[in-house]
Amino acid sequence: MTTVDDAAAGPKRRLTRRQRTRIIRLVQYAVFVAVLAVVAFTADWHTVQQGFFRPDVARSMFPGVLVPALLNTLAFTLGAFVFGLVLGTVLALMRLSEVRAYRWVATGYIELFRGLPVLVVLFLVGYGIPNAFPDREIPGGVYGQMALGLGMTAAAYMAETIRAGILAVPKGQLEAARTLGMPYGRAMVSIVIPQAFRIVIPPMTNQIITLTKDTSLAYVLGVTAANVEITKFSSDVLNARVNATPLIVAALVYLVITLPLSQVVRRMELRAARAR
Amino acid sequence: MSDAVVIEDLHKSFGPLEVLTGIDLTVTSGEVVCVIGPSGSGKSTLLRCVNLLESPTRGRIHTLGVEITDPDCELDALRRRIGMVFQQFNLFGHLTVLDNLTIAQRRVLRRTRAEAERIARENLDRVGLGDKAGAYPAHLSGGQQQRVAIARSLSMGPELMLFDEPTSALDPELVGDVLTVMRDLATEGMTMLVVTHEMAFARDVADRVVFMDGGVIVEQGAPAAVLGDPTEERTRTFLRRVLDPTHLSDAELD
Ligand SMILES: Nc1ncnc2c1ncn2[C@@H]1O[C@H](COP(=O)(O)OP(=O)(O)OP(=O)(O)O)[C@@H](O)[C@H]1O
Ligand SMILES: [Mg+2]
Repeated sequence: MTTVDDAAAGPKRRLTRRQRTRIIRLVQYAVFVAVLAVVAFTADWHTVQQGFFRPDVARSMFPGVLVPALLNTLAFTLGAFVFGLVLGTVLALMRLSEVRAYRWVATGYIELFRGLPVLVVLFLVGYGIPNAFPDREIPGGVYGQMALGLGMTAAAYMAETIRAGILAVPKGQLEAARTLGMPYGRAMVSIVIPQAFRIVIPPMTNQIITLTKDTSLAYVLGVTAANVEITKFSSDVLNARVNATPLIVAALVYLVITLPLSQVVRRMELRAARAR
Repeated sequence: MSDAVVIEDLHKSFGPLEVLTGIDLTVTSGEVVCVIGPSGSGKSTLLRCVNLLESPTRGRIHTLGVEITDPDCELDALRRRIGMVFQQFNLFGHLTVLDNLTIAQRRVLRRTRAEAERIARENLDRVGLGDKAGAYPAHLSGGQQQRVAIARSLSMGPELMLFDEPTSALDPELVGDVLTVMRDLATEGMTMLVVTHEMAFARDVADRVVFMDGGVIVEQGAPAAVLGDPTEERTRTFLRRVLDPTHLSDAELD
C-alpha cells in the first residue's frame, strides 16, 4: 500500500516511465552522433579515398565482376548447398537410424568433416581424388569439385541442424502418418522432413552465407578466366592496379547476394509462421 | 471373422514399469466399446497396442482378422484399415485441411487426386467442415481440428476406429461437436474402441464399457451396469471421483 502511494505522489517528484524512456533514447542518439563525428573529423579522408574508392578502378571491374565472377560465385554456392543438403539429410537420417552401423558412420563423418579446414578438403578433392582414381573425373569440372569440396563440409554441419529439426517435429506427426498406413520412409519424406526443414530455415541461411564466402577458396583448384569468382577476380585487379578499391567492390557484390537472401528467408519464415 | 479385435493375455512393460499385466478383450464388429479408468492405468497403451504403435511384451492381438503381433504381418496394409484419433489431433501442420485428408489416400492407397479430393470433401461435409478445405490446421479451433482428424481417418475407409481421449484437450464448449460426430459414426455402425472421460457419451453411445485400473480390466459390461451399478469397489471409487469431484473428501471419509 505505502509503496504504491510513494510511486504515485511521493515527496520527491520522480520522472514518469515515459519521460525516463525518452531521456534514455536521447542519450543513446547523442552517443551515436558523437562517435560518427569523431570518426568523420579524425580520419584522413583523402588517403582513404585514394586507397579504397577510386571510381576509375571500380569502373574497370565491370562487367567482369558480375559476369562471370558473380555468376560463378552463385553457381559454386548453389552446387555446394544442394549437394550438402542432400548428403546432410542422408547423414541426419543415418544418425537417427536404428541400425548402429549407420549411426557410427554418420557420427564419424560429421566429426571428421567438422574438424577439417575447408581448404584441406578442397585440396583433397582437387588433387587427392584425381590421383586415387586417375581414369575417373569428377563431373562438372571445377563446378563439380567445388560442389563436392564445400558440400562435404557443409553436409556435416547441415546434418546436425537437420537432425535437430527432425527431433523438433512432435512425435505425434510420425505416429499419425504411420497410423494412416504410410511406411516409415514415406512418412518421413511426406510429413516429418518438410516440417523439419521449416524449423531449420534460419540456421540454413547462415549455412548458405558461409558457403557463399567459402567459394572464395576456389583458387586452390586452379581456376581459369571462365570460372573465376568474385574474390579471385577482385584480387587479380587489386594486384594489377595496386589499389584496394576492388576489395570494396567485391564486398558490395557479396552483399548483393546475401541481403536478398535474408529477405527471402524472412518471407519464408513469415509464411511458415502463418501455417503453424 | 466377426470379431474386430481379439486381445489375449496382453502384457506391456516400459523397462521395469509394467503397464499392462494380462488383458483379455474382444470387440465384435459394429460394437462401440468405451474404456474408462484413472490416469496412468494403461488405457492409451492398450489402445496403441491394437494398431501396434506400441509392441506388446507378451500376448497376442488379432485386429480385423490379422494377427498384428505376428512379426511377418503386413503392418502398413493392416493399419490402412484402422483409423486412429489422438488426444492432440496430430494434424499435419504444413498441409492444408484438404491435403491432410488426401495425402495418405494418394500416397498409400494410390487414388488419383480427383478421387482423393472427392472423398476428402465428402468426409469434411460429414464432420460439418466443408468450408475449411483450404485452411491450415493452426487457424482452426481445437474442436474443428479434431473433427478434421476424424475426417482424415474416415477418408481411408477404415473398418475400425480407435479414439484416445479425443475430447480431453478441448475447451468444454467444443466437446459437443466432436462427440456428435462420433455418435453419428456409431449410429452408422462403425466399430469403435474409445478411451474417454466423457461418462455421458459412454452411457449413451457405448454397447459396452470397460473399466481399467492398474494395468488390468477390473470390470466390464453394459453401460448401465458398469456406470450405474458397478460391482467392484475400485470402479465405484473412480466413478465417484469423476462424477462428483467436489465431494471427493466426503466420499473418502465414508
Ligand atoms: N513410452 C513410454 N515410456 C515409458 N513409460 C510410458 C510410456 N508410455 C506410457 N508410459 C507409462 O505407462 C503408464 C500408463 O500410461 P498410459 O498412457 O497408457 O495411461 P492412461 O491410462 O492412458 O492415462 P491417461 O488417462 O493419463 O492418458 C504411465 O505410468 C505412463 O507413465
Ligand atoms: Mg492416455
